[in-house]
Amino acid sequence: MEMDTITAISTPMGEGAIAIVRLSGPEAVSIADSLFRGKDLNQVETHTMHYGKLIDPETGDIAEEVMVSVMRAPKTFTREDVVEINCHGGLVSVNRVLEIALANGARLAEPGEFTKRAFMNGRIDLSQAEAVMDLIRAKTDRAMNVALKQMDGRLSHLIQDLRQKLLETLAHVEVNIDYPEYDDVEEMSNEMMREKTREVLQEVEQLLETARQGKILREGLGTAIIGRPNVGKSSLMNALVHENKAIVTEVPGTTRDVIEEYVNVRGVPLRLIDTAGIRETEDIVERIGVERSRQVLQEADLILLVLNYGDELTEEDKKLFEAVNDLNIIVIVNKMDLDPKLDLEEVKRLAGDHPVISTALIREEGIDQLENAIADTFFEGDLDAGDMTYVSNVRHVQLLKQAKQALEDAQNGMDMDVPIDVVQIDVTRTWELLGEIIGDAVHESLIDQLFSQFCLGK
Amino acid sequence: MTYNAGHYDVIVIGAGHAGVEAGLAAAKRGAKTLMLTLNLDLVAFMPCNPSIGGPAKGVVVREIDALGGAMGKVIDKTHIQMRLLNTRKGPAVRALRAQADKPLYIKEMKRVLESQENLTLRQGMVEKLLVEDDEIKGVVTETKAAYYAPTVIVTTGTFMRGRVIIGDLSYESGPNNQRTSVSLSEQLEELGIEMVRFKTGTPMRVNSRTIDYSKTEIQPGEEEPRFFSYETTEFITDQIPCWLTYTNEETHKIINDNLGLSAMYSGMIKGTGPRYCPSIEDKIVRFNDKPRHQIFLEPEGRDTEEVYVQGLSTSLPEYIQKEMMETVPGLEKAEIMRAGYAIEYDSVVPTTLWPTLETKKIGGLFTAGQINGTSGYEEAAGQGLMAGINAAAKALDLETLILDRSQSYIGVMIDDLVTKGTDEPYRLLTSRAEFRLMLRHDNADLRLTEIGHKIGTISDERYERFLEKKRLIEEEKQRLENVILKPTEEVQAAIEASGGSPLKEAVRATDLLRRPEMKYDVIAKLTPSEVSLSDEVEEQVEIQVKYTGYIKKALDQIERMRKMETKTIPEDIDYDEIHGLATEARDRLKQVRPLSVGQASRVSGVNPADVSILLVYIEQGNIARVSGE
Repeated sequence: MEMDTITAISTPMGEGAIAIVRLSGPEAVSIADSLFRGKDLNQVETHTMHYGKLIDPETGDIAEEVMVSVMRAPKTFTREDVVEINCHGGLVSVNRVLEIALANGARLAEPGEFTKRAFMNGRIDLSQAEAVMDLIRAKTDRAMNVALKQMDGRLSHLIQDLRQKLLETLAHVEVNIDYPEYDDVEEMSNEMMREKTREVLQEVEQLLETARQGKILREGLGTAIIGRPNVGKSSLMNALVHENKAIVTEVPGTTRDVIEEYVNVRGVPLRLIDTAGIRETEDIVERIGVERSRQVLQEADLILLVLNYGDELTEEDKKLFEAVNDLNIIVIVNKMDLDPKLDLEEVKRLAGDHPVISTALIREEGIDQLENAIADTFFEGDLDAGDMTYVSNVRHVQLLKQAKQALEDAQNGMDMDVPIDVVQIDVTRTWELLGEIIGDAVHESLIDQLFSQFCLGK
Repeated sequence: MTYNAGHYDVIVIGAGHAGVEAGLAAAKRGAKTLMLTLNLDLVAFMPCNPSIGGPAKGVVVREIDALGGAMGKVIDKTHIQMRLLNTRKGPAVRALRAQADKPLYIKEMKRVLESQENLTLRQGMVEKLLVEDDEIKGVVTETKAAYYAPTVIVTTGTFMRGRVIIGDLSYESGPNNQRTSVSLSEQLEELGIEMVRFKTGTPMRVNSRTIDYSKTEIQPGEEEPRFFSYETTEFITDQIPCWLTYTNEETHKIINDNLGLSAMYSGMIKGTGPRYCPSIEDKIVRFNDKPRHQIFLEPEGRDTEEVYVQGLSTSLPEYIQKEMMETVPGLEKAEIMRAGYAIEYDSVVPTTLWPTLETKKIGGLFTAGQINGTSGYEEAAGQGLMAGINAAAKALDLETLILDRSQSYIGVMIDDLVTKGTDEPYRLLTSRAEFRLMLRHDNADLRLTEIGHKIGTISDERYERFLEKKRLIEEEKQRLENVILKPTEEVQAAIEASGGSPLKEAVRATDLLRRPEMKYDVIAKLTPSEVSLSDEVEEQVEIQVKYTGYIKKALDQIERMRKMETKTIPEDIDYDEIHGLATEARDRLKQVRPLSVGQASRVSGVNPADVSILLVYIEQGNIARVSGE
């Protein structure tokens, strides 16, 4: 059967030990192979399982350690070539694997689509057909509900606004085309079109940026604690961990042994990086070396820089400030219970716009303020998570990425002086893609817009 | 009481733009065809604006020509002016528009009809359709002539229960005071065919000698000879201009003050009018911030003084029409020769039709043109052509023809009509086509000539010429693909003269042609073709090479769409049997009865889950059939 290759996470979402991302279709094996470092999957026997590493094609980095099962048609669930990628359970890994598969040419499966394919290819017998239809109905309805719930009202409003903006632009071009001698409509020029697409592109990019925030909500905010020895880093970590429920997971194998701990601070999940290192040696830099630590710091979403109130500011402290100054940091002045030797004014000057929190962790003082500051950093002053416009649904992110691509194609077209009615093909595509996000892609509305926006006729 | 007036394969009721194409196409396919019309002096009459073509519509005329229809050839011989529109935009939206000489158009079309083999032209009013067991058997005229045929095409335009309205005056009439048909409309309704009431309108015609053209702007035709038909070889060079003037605040005040007298606003009109063709009173009410509206003064022919006042369509009383014009520069002293009016009429709800334009209710009964809820001569002609082709197919057991949305505007229009229906008189717009780039004015022959030849409406001789053109295009594209242009002085100079940046290294001629500023002519000078190529061939090569990327993208999309279009839905499908369909989808599918899964997916109210379920159900049927064997 001639079909494209679909993919989806086929294990329940949650913190299972292992999760599976499944691919089915004519290109299942070649797609899997293109993102897999290990054996050549195109060459392996059918129904075999292989250990290897998953490559993120964007960065070329190793993303995950995986076990991949290759099952060739016809003896598979869908009777197509099927590949199952077994990865580390948990949302972080599994979403990443899914996204990589999508970026490599697979399409996100519709609800119930694997089962539908199984049926269409004769794998499921006739008596089960009704069950399949029920399944499609139920899964679609549920997926729609979930998608609707995931999409907060503001996102849907924002998308509608963007679509309206595009629609007006499209109607404007259409009117120029269908009513060429109609003189009180300005001719839509490439410049006007460029301006409009630029506006929409910016918004789409911003939405994709919030998708990153949505991802942080799922995956945790990578957080590193740094400071000179003996300033209270492990006390800080213990305070955060003891205050909050911690989940310790071990990610073996890749390039380093890292123990990650998750703590939930005011609704913001923190993923504490290299806490093992801190625990053992009290110092991340000391433990993993300067180069590695710099890399860790660059990957972190949040850095907690700890200072000692009872000590004067040292050159080392200043170097730390320099190293992280353009990152997202919170400065913690610990040991407020000691005699003051630290020049607080100097610290505030060095910290610039970054928050400075005073604590006495040994007496459990200042933890509240710290947690507020962490929440503030993430929500940018907006503490209520439900109030954010962010995109979290993988399907939505996919569609937004495609919309972004279409807008860029339109802009490239304009750069090449392609006629506006041809550029419009990509703008129309953008409008349709955004419509898919909110479940509305009816073509008629363009014609409605045309006649409500312009006075036309004989 | 009736007498047997003869047997035919196809009977066409009406000889408007739909009727003539239907009759000609059926006859060309070899069907013995009868065409009945109220008035033989008014075949292919234009009751509204004296023009043919324009964006989308002009492409339809070319498509009709590529399928062997008459409209393009006739307008090529009878226009007073022709222009290529949207020349500054891309190739996909260029379109021809001709100003017609109305009386001459009629005369020429009548000649074409009279010289068509297999076609009988006769004046007569059809009173009744002969129907037995939901199959059409023939028609009876008011003079009691009974004509028998297995297929009948109704192309009665706005004549069914037509009613003309001017201010508070209202009377039963077809356009231009012709007789209207009441019994036909009643009978269609009795037969169970759903009807709807639509409305349209037309402006006044004025005497050219009473217009002061010095207060207007001239709108000349083009010097460059243009043509709709690929068979046209002689061009009309003495073109007659149109003129442009404007309404103003004073005009608008008169209209506003007398709005209550307009049939549109006094409640006399119940039918739905088209948004794209509003009356002047509509424009002023809906867009009251506009200080002025354009008025084009269009001659109705070479040998008449009548001028069509495009932009002033109205149902206001005649004396207000006069007052209104007194405020418009150039029209202050204009004498009305015919007043503007609104017309209401019955039309068939087009979702009651198959994509062949046969009614679902009555086998062998076809409808085409304005009766199907469209507006425009070109839309009517396109449907007439298709109904003629398919009625002949049914009568003679030949191949039917359904054009898809990626092949033609005609296909887009018919698919829209029979799949989605329409809430207002339907007009083709370029934005209705999702594959506009493929449905170009310049490639109508490449899209459809092959089909026309296969169904017998395109002659062998024309087909040979077409194949030759196609061959030359392909060869020239291939040649340019293989030519490498080095950055020689000559090449760099030619590029510079076109306003481009010089070459850094050798390139393929096709790659150079893809540069925005580059034209085929320039390339051809650098690397001349050994054979001489026509302008049309050169144009094709340029467009196909320049837009390769976009065309490829469109072709990929079409490929995906086709997969669903080729999944046919069994005719005997019982939607009530299908488990899991949403109620709305079920109701709509039962009404539309789409022929393919692709068509089903375009029915409003049918969502992707319903389409999946439908696919599963159909597949289940296939499996059942296979295992039952």
